[in-house]
Amino acid sequence: MGAVLGIAALMLLFLGQDWADALFWILSAIMIGAGLLVVTMRDIIRCGLAMIVCFGALAGIYVLIGAPLIGAAQVIVYIGAISVLILFAIMLTQTKDAPSRLVFQTQAVPAAIASVVIAVVIALAISSTDWQATEKRARLATDKMSAILFRDFVFPFEIVSVLLLAAVIGGVFLAKREPGGPS
Amino acid sequence: MSDSLDAYLVLAGVLFAIGSFGFLARRNAISMLMSIELMLNAVNLSIVAFGAFIPALGAQGSIIALMVMAVAAAEATVGLAIVIAIYRNKKTPLVDEYDAMSQ
Repeated sequence: MGAVLGIAALMLLFLGQDWADALFWILSAIMIGAGLLVVTMRDIIRCGLAMIVCFGALAGIYVLIGAPLIGAAQVIVYIGAISVLILFAIMLTQTKDAPSRLVFQTQAVPAAIASVVIAVVIALAISSTDWQATEKRARLATDKMSAILFRDFVFPFEIVSVLLLAAVIGGVFLAKREPGGPS
Repeated sequence: MSDSLDAYLVLAGVLFAIGSFGFLARRNAISMLMSIELMLNAVNLSIVAFGAFIPALGAQGSIIALMVMAVAAAEATVGLAIVIAIYRNKKTPLVDEYDAMSQ
């Protein structure tokens, strides 16, 4: 009953607006809310799950902008790979008493003030700059994008593949146990 | 609202600020890495928004965003490996107890 009322209230709220605007507001609210949960919650596993929600909402925003391929890559790379990696690392490194201890450093209040200042300065800089942007977002065709990726950007593409190989080898080397070292 | 570049850029700025707060304020090393991921995502959102709204950029914005994603994956791999290696020696994930270089 409550859910039905909530959905009805949401539909009334967005009745006069475009569906794209409604989706933009909903996805932004989910993304910012989940981001705040990531940096403030006490239990770090819940932080990881909130991070997955944040990335999912961001994938929706990519689709809304008109870059569905980037949204798909976001789901595959961030939700599928990086989040699972981070959750594994969380489960490997948590001690029993870690959640009950202090979550923030002593400089948490100055850090909060500094990040609010960062957000305000960025917003002021954005609103006072003329970006010469169009008023209509361009929908990106996947075939056009892949043509550019594999023709003009083929050298950076290969460099990135070498970088990923180096990162895999480096990760294995850093995390492997030394024989006879501390276990 | 969904047709203006400024809205997406302000959204990216807010997400970046949240990530910077988490990086500066959290004690857990993996929380700090998660905050770095939030900041990288904010930058990626601004790049994709520029690519979609500025016609001179064309598809290049999205391609650069794909490159940023690959570099972020590499960064997460190496960062988490370093955290696990330190955890094996120090038995704690809290960064303010990593004081070996000040002794």
